[in-house]
Amino acid sequence: MAAGPMKMRALLGQGYTDIRVLMNHPMETGQRKDPDGKLVPMHFIQNLTVKVNGRTVVDAQISQAVSRNPVFSFRLKGGAKGDKIEVSWLDNQGESNSTEAAVA
Amino acid sequence: MRLAAFAALAACAALAQAQDSAREIQRYRQMIAEGSPAELFEVEGEALWKKPEGPKKVSLERCDLGEGPGVLKGAYAHLPRYFKDADSVMDLETRLLHCMTTLQGRSREEATRRVFGSADRPSEFESLSAYIAAQSRGVRIAPGMSHPKEKASYELGRALYFHRVGAWDFSCASCHGDEGKRIRMQELPVLYKPEAARPVIATWPAYRVSTSQLVTLQWRMNDCYRQMRTPEPTFASETTVALIHFLTATARGETYHGPGNKR
Amino acid sequence: MNRLRRTLLAALALGLARPLAALAAWNKDAFGAKTPGDALKSLGVAGATPSKEVVIDAPEIAENGAVVPIEVSSAVPGTTALIVVIEKNPFPLASRFDFRDGALPYAKLNVKMGETSDIRVLAEAAGKYYSATKEVKVTIGGCGG
Repeated sequence: MAAGPMKMRALLGQGYTDIRVLMNHPMETGQRKDPDGKLVPMHFIQNLTVKVNGRTVVDAQISQAVSRNPVFSFRLKGGAKGDKIEVSWLDNQGESNSTEAAVA
Repeated sequence: MRLAAFAALAACAALAQAQDSAREIQRYRQMIAEGSPAELFEVEGEALWKKPEGPKKVSLERCDLGEGPGVLKGAYAHLPRYFKDADSVMDLETRLLHCMTTLQGRSREEATRRVFGSADRPSEFESLSAYIAAQSRGVRIAPGMSHPKEKASYELGRALYFHRVGAWDFSCASCHGDEGKRIRMQELPVLYKPEAARPVIATWPAYRVSTSQLVTLQWRMNDCYRQMRTPEPTFASETTVALIHFLTATARGETYHGPGNKR
Repeated sequence: MNRLRRTLLAALALGLARPLAALAAWNKDAFGAKTPGDALKSLGVAGATPSKEVVIDAPEIAENGAVVPIEVSSAVPGTTALIVVIEKNPFPLASRFDFRDGALPYAKLNVKMGETSDIRVLAEAAGKYYSATKEVKVTIGGCGG
């Protein structure tokens, strides 16, 4: 499930919008050995971007210390139902993925 | 006198510390449950449910999980149950296997080649279980308990729970039979008691953070027997179904709220 | 003709690659640093004032170091970034979040911890840094799940 699914929900709370995004990624540290005893190469997400209606609001740089199959929550000031949220990531091997959801 | 007072104080402090640890671990579990990657498996499972497979090139969408062909809402919460077309009691994974062989025309051998997956490659049973179980969120757990074969399955499961086997002469109850037992920080629930079975069964299948895998009840039964050092039980066999039936029946009445998260 | 097409394709590919490259700003020195001090130096952090307005919510004990949930936030006015450092990890810097207008200085994530360690969070506001620390003990669970 290397470039598997992402899942996101964005909910309007009291004065803020709560975003939760799940992404499928092995987040390999480069220190783990496979069953044959060979080191599994480093493979982890480095950049994560959150956009609201096309405008970047969160720019994150992350390390291999983020757990496998990452789950992130972010909060936006205010927000309105129907706002388009887009989250994308880019990893150290050049793979990327993104997902979109409307604030509910 | 002073020594006794000191000892009592030390005991109290130790107890308070143990309670603090238990509370903090509870909080840890709650925090990991709030962001469960189990949902990723639900997405994957939905795609698999709708994907044509096997010689007949059909999807599982017409599979009858007990509520009618293709009905998913509440189906998991009412399993295991008796199926007339197979004349046997089936849990979710057994029923899925049945649909794979009947609807999709796959051989049992091919369909069971990879029933438990890995972090890199989940088994289709794992993703499908996550998707289907999720459609029972908010539904009360009520496995079949009326048909004579359902009663027999429950009784068999109960007997197996206490039946000692293997080189170590272990039964499920050897570990899950007395209050207060634990392995390191993991307490061992006394699963024949409803109050212990309810929160456990209500969250299976589950994402296991230590292995990054979605684990199912068939896997849990298999792995417990492995830890008891017995030969591996057959996937979707009468025994594993009966044990799952017994545990689920013990948890009946609880509202299903999985797939959950395990450490 | 063929060569022109190839050049055009190459130019197009370059054009497409550019936004990705812009996104790929990842502080290699800071993330590659082996001590918290070196990591912070690479991020340009000279010093930080301890502040109760930087909040770390994490369990005191984690049953599994592979997944330690943490929630970080800052009530320091004008916070534009949060930095998460796991002091005893082989590479201590775990993440840096930059918040633009519209986002609250808040993030929740799961991190790996090799052993019991302090987690240090720094908030950046108007070029100054504010910090908080919290210890998380890492234990290991039983055979179940």
